[in-house]
Amino acid sequence: MTPIVQLDDVRRSYQMGGETVQALRGLSLSIQPGEYVAIMGPSGCGKSTLLNLLGCLDRPSSGRYLLGGDDISALDDDSLSEIRGRRLGFIFQSYNLIQQLNVLENIEVPLFYQGRPEAEAREIAIQLAIRVGLERRLDHRPFELSGGQQQRVAIARALASDPILLLADEATGNLDSSSGREILDLFDELNAAGKTLVMVTHDPNTGERAKRLVRLRDGVLESDVRK
Amino acid sequence: MKASVLTHSIRSGKFRRAIRLGLRSLWLHRLRSLLTVLGIVFGVCSVIAMLAIGEGASYEAQEALKKLGSQNIILRSVKPPEEQKVSNNQNNYVLDYGLKYEDIARIQATIPGVTTIVPARVMREYVWNITWRVDAEVVGTVPWYPTMRNHRVAQGRFFTDTDQRFAENVCVLGDRMAQTLFPLESPVGKTVRVGQQYYRVIGIMEALSTASKDEVMQSTSTQPAVDRMFIPLETAKRRYGEVLFKRRSGSFEQERVALHEVTVKVDRTERVVPVALAIKDLMERNHKKKDYDVVVPLEQLKQAERTKQIFNIVLGSIAAISLVVGGIGIMNIMLATVTERTREIGIRRALGAKRNDIVTQFLIEAVILSGAGGALGVLLGISIPFIVTATAGMKTIVTVWSPFAAFTISALVGVVFGLYPAFRAARMDPVEALRHE
Ligand SMILES: Nc1ncnc2c1ncn2[C@@H]1O[C@H](COP(=O)(O)OP(=O)(O)OP(=O)(O)O)[C@@H](O)[C@H]1O
Ligand SMILES: [Mg+2]
Repeated sequence: MTPIVQLDDVRRSYQMGGETVQALRGLSLSIQPGEYVAIMGPSGCGKSTLLNLLGCLDRPSSGRYLLGGDDISALDDDSLSEIRGRRLGFIFQSYNLIQQLNVLENIEVPLFYQGRPEAEAREIAIQLAIRVGLERRLDHRPFELSGGQQQRVAIARALASDPILLLADEATGNLDSSSGREILDLFDELNAAGKTLVMVTHDPNTGERAKRLVRLRDGVLESDVRK
Repeated sequence: MKASVLTHSIRSGKFRRAIRLGLRSLWLHRLRSLLTVLGIVFGVCSVIAMLAIGEGASYEAQEALKKLGSQNIILRSVKPPEEQKVSNNQNNYVLDYGLKYEDIARIQATIPGVTTIVPARVMREYVWNITWRVDAEVVGTVPWYPTMRNHRVAQGRFFTDTDQRFAENVCVLGDRMAQTLFPLESPVGKTVRVGQQYYRVIGIMEALSTASKDEVMQSTSTQPAVDRMFIPLETAKRRYGEVLFKRRSGSFEQERVALHEVTVKVDRTERVVPVALAIKDLMERNHKKKDYDVVVPLEQLKQAERTKQIFNIVLGSIAAISLVVGGIGIMNIMLATVTERTREIGIRRALGAKRNDIVTQFLIEAVILSGAGGALGVLLGISIPFIVTATAGMKTIVTVWSPFAAFTISALVGVVFGLYPAFRAARMDPVEALRHE
């Protein structure tokens, strides 16, 4: 089976003034469809850098990245945008909802950029809002929602284009334990339904809920445990 | 490639939704949006209003001058300054000045290109119909006066050569005096009395526009507009003598004027200026005093056109400056908006927005701003001339093209000054943008 993610000796370095910071130094990793991966490690080890690469927001300085079998290293900016919009779903620590849009409109954003007809987009958004339990908040704006509710909108938005890979960077980092647990329950549910998930976390308990635990240290793989 | 992206956007309703989104973002900052566009509003508004007022004024001036005839040269008798009075004795002046019959003869004999000459004698008199009375100028002139001065007969006819030859007591009334003297009936065929003389009314002149009436009035007095009654020149000579004596009440001062006004028609427009020079030269040699005045409507028309051109250049500059200033205002606010919404840009990019989508989004906002400002300016700019006309009674003309041009240009200003902020937004690195604040 084609892996969803195939990283071969991926490096990412940043120029900081005169010196070069190596955020990732030769990382190889393969993620199969239906996997649920947690990435952990000390601060500054390169977790977010890795997630940005996986999410096609950034490109490796060297090495190869295959997403669903396609090499993305050679693609131009427009094609990367296209891939982000159609094949990937992002869930951020600080929710990153668009403040002037209501719940449904936020969920519709990826569909808007795909140029889907309005009625179709609206139908999908309503279904997803119901799925994440926000059917009574459809026309609320983000500032009228709790953190947990906002994160659920973000999850619904990430699911809107039916992506092959969901990426979550500290998705529960800003939430109290009970709403954090609700989000993680939702992740379990999604994974059980076949979604491939990669999440970055600091919290060992959160990491425990994933089926595979990848540890990074100083930009290299420290351990990779499947349960 | 770009074009196909655009057509695709339009077909999928993306464009329409982008406009809605832009409107929404601007509505979110209503006050700021309004303040931003004020520059464009006032710029566009003042240009349209000034253009309308200027157009109106120059139209009036040109109409007035056209009435005088662009192929005409008008000579007028002017009372010379006091100290040059010729005094016969201490108490009894006879002031002899102005255009003479010899002047006409000389012009006709020596200057080529002169086709027609209209002499006129102007007498200030009361004109009566039984008990109705009008203070008017009785003008003794020739039958071709109406064609020469572009002043047509509205009713009845003007007098003819025959009337002239037999020095008939016929007259043509000015439009207003006809109404005053004959409020109830048609004056044609009736008689009016001037002094001891009775004149049969044979026609009524067309009404003059206000401006051209002012122009005509310069000829004799500074009094409020006075209507003219026309009689054959021969008749005037018979009734008033070869030269006109005017006695001032309370003094022995007398004036002797042969002709008050002479209109010279030149055969071709190009020859008007040289003929005018020749006439001025001729008059200077034959008149010791400056007791005449030469008016060349064509020169004034040209002058009016030059003035209008300068006015238009000044207006154009003001328009350009105010639009640039307005555009800079929009650019400034768009740059602030882009910075403020860096995070949003990052989010949209992560969710599949291409650079073009981001450019479109911010460009649309800029164009909505400037377009709305332009539209508001056009509305204000069109209403101001109406207010000016209603309150100050000035003629104003809103040309059809000016609101369209103003609106189009101001929308273009949005594109020009919105491009840089929009491209800056689109060039942002998504990762950096997402980390913002
Ligand atoms: N834009 C950048 N410019 C320069 N250096 C960067 C940049 N982004 C990341 N780095 C560096 O790369 C390294 C990895 O950063 P990264 O954000 O991936 O860490 P992280 O594992 O996500 O840490 P945390 O757990 O604190 O979020 C760090 O040393 C960081 O300083
Ligand atoms: Mg991080």
